[in-house]
Amino acid sequence: MADNGDEEYRIQQGDYVVLKRGDIFKAVQIVPKKKIIFEKQWFFLDNAVGNLYSTTFEISSGGILQPQKLKETGNPSDLKEAGTDNRNIVDDGKSQKLTRDDIETLKEQGLKGQEIIQQLIENSSTFRDKTEYAQDKYIKKKKKKYENTVTILKPSCRILAMMYHGREPGKICHLRYDTLAQMLTLANIHAHSKVLVFETCAGLVLGSIMERMGGYGSVIQMYPGGGPVRAGVESFGFPAHFHDTLHEFPICHVNALLAGELDTTAKDPTLNLAADEEQIQPEAEQQGSPEEQNMETNAAQDQEKIEKEKRREAKVRPIFAKNVCLIIRLFRRLVIASRFHPCPVLMTLLKFLAPSRPFVVYSQYKETLIECYTKLKEQGGTVNLRLSDTWLRHYQVLPNRTHPVLLMSGGGGYLLSGTTVAMDQSKPAASQRSEEPAPKRQKVKDTEG
Amino acid sequence: MSFVEYSDCIQDGDVAIVYLSHNSVMPVKVQQGAQTQTRYGVIRHSTDLIGQPYGSKVTCSKGGWVYVLHPTPELWTVALPHRTQILYTTDIATITMMLELKPGSIVCESGTGSGSLSHAILRTIAPTGHLHTVEFHQQRAEKVQEEFAEHRVDHLVTVRNQDVCKDGFGVTGVADAIFLDIPSPWEAVGHAKAAMKRQAGGRLCSFSPCIEQVQRTCQALVDQGFEEINTLEVLLRIHDVRTVSLPLPDFGPDCRSDGVEETSPNYAAVSLKTTTPPREIPGHTGYLTFATKPRT
Repeated sequence: MADNGDEEYRIQQGDYVVLKRGDIFKAVQIVPKKKIIFEKQWFFLDNAVGNLYSTTFEISSGGILQPQKLKETGNPSDLKEAGTDNRNIVDDGKSQKLTRDDIETLKEQGLKGQEIIQQLIENSSTFRDKTEYAQDKYIKKKKKKYENTVTILKPSCRILAMMYHGREPGKICHLRYDTLAQMLTLANIHAHSKVLVFETCAGLVLGSIMERMGGYGSVIQMYPGGGPVRAGVESFGFPAHFHDTLHEFPICHVNALLAGELDTTAKDPTLNLAADEEQIQPEAEQQGSPEEQNMETNAAQDQEKIEKEKRREAKVRPIFAKNVCLIIRLFRRLVIASRFHPCPVLMTLLKFLAPSRPFVVYSQYKETLIECYTKLKEQGGTVNLRLSDTWLRHYQVLPNRTHPVLLMSGGGGYLLSGTTVAMDQSKPAASQRSEEPAPKRQKVKDTEG
Repeated sequence: MSFVEYSDCIQDGDVAIVYLSHNSVMPVKVQQGAQTQTRYGVIRHSTDLIGQPYGSKVTCSKGGWVYVLHPTPELWTVALPHRTQILYTTDIATITMMLELKPGSIVCESGTGSGSLSHAILRTIAPTGHLHTVEFHQQRAEKVQEEFAEHRVDHLVTVRNQDVCKDGFGVTGVADAIFLDIPSPWEAVGHAKAAMKRQAGGRLCSFSPCIEQVQRTCQALVDQGFEEINTLEVLLRIHDVRTVSLPLPDFGPDCRSDGVEETSPNYAAVSLKTTTPPREIPGHTGYLTFATKPRT
């Protein structure tokens, strides 16, 4: 592909991008003359415009970005002088001759990260005695600390899911990125799907679904309270036409919709007020909630929302256009991932799902999904029910130093997935083929093995 | 019916999935006048299937019943006839997200094998993407081509019967993502790089059961200038929901200090709903190594 045909690969003004250094990510928008703070450094993104995505920049003095020259070749430790083991190395904290002030001076002099690391090596009394592997490890550690580069990436579900999980897991109900991956596949999200989503994960789940749909099909986001939260969706930087596929519906009118009593024609004389409230609501959600959402904060927010909703009870917004209701009746996939108890959400929203369609429910807690499973079995109308979670482990792969990474994620949440089938009208639920063995009698051991 | 688009009713020529019970599904080629044997009896296609909505319950000749489901790549993975060891949904889901697959993606894959991952990729990249898949075994290549046609996804895929390590994927400079599931992936890394688009950001994944293969592949990736090289594994844990009855011990009547005897509790067991893990679970499928291609 010729260079002049690759605008879609170049950073533009106004783009939503993700900054990356090592394993740290941050989603920002390219805004002229706006100071960005990332990993304790501040800089401006103006110079990035026009460059290709995935370019790595150096942060020079004044916060100006410069594209990094081609990978600097040659390891600082080309010395090749190394020890065999650490039996004589004493860790007394005095092996580095440069003081913190010295290093600051070097930084002020404008020395690049690579050069600072070289200085640290030369002024370390123990570097020569370290084994080659230990030297590698030392250099990697210093690079992480003194590097002043940042890479600008095009956002994607993978990057944003990793970012949210690393930075603000509380905002996404501690949904780990591999669990999100499972959800998207188990729910068979693809172009031309009609998906019903109920999520309180800052819009990450919604955005991921939209990415997999590619602008084809439609998504209805059911939301609690005053307005849908979509900050996460913005970070994906979708083209404008993707938003044509996105609709919303407040859950406070779900029962009316199910009963066929929803008034879709009433006009809203205070449309402006409603729109303003909708804009304020998402911001309040983000500012109000701390890193770890605890129950007290949730209750307070919900209370606030309930009050706002009561004020608006009488006014039916024009969003309840007839076509939205039609879409709801025809939808084909159900995805639930929220801080709400999933059971009532699932049992109600399943009513909108046609037979032979997949659904997925995420919960941070297993017990809630056990309840869902039990209710679904009693009610019938679903098969292939599966309660699962995934175990994720990263590996360090280096010659003679390959092993799993020392720390791993303790948990990524649980999923309940299944497929709908025609509801059995005639037979009572008890005669459904049970997939659960009958509870064993007391004489026999309950656990196997 | 197609694997990339839902339809409501079963039609002649469809491939449907018959759900017999948990862990028991089978694919059925729907044909006017045909019959399918199941352990619950015979299913007559003309009367029981054609024209019925997907998701319907079908009563078989012996009186037992099954459900007929619309095919999805996930159901296909569980139902398909294995010609090789296949990838299961857990790994497939992780690969799909980490390779950043979406509608319009151009993907290269080798080996095709039994087509488990291929169907999932096609579902994700439809309607505007394309899959170039390479399989060095001639019969397998032919069989999978047949299946793609039957499943109405052949317009999205090109099958090539060649050795990816020698001849590459058959395309250059177009792929957004590459997937390798072959014995010697390090030999294909160079070809993978050539098949990928020039701009940075292309993603690569290599699946290998053995750690030695992973080590050699990572070295090849480093040598070819790939970045963000990352190896991980994902395992599925199933939780079987069970009602469990636990007996309570009888320590005898509860004697209180004021001499009043309390009778022991009159219930002898507590029932609780919990989950238990299966006795054995898959503990290893393979290591997944991902990398990003820089600009060339």
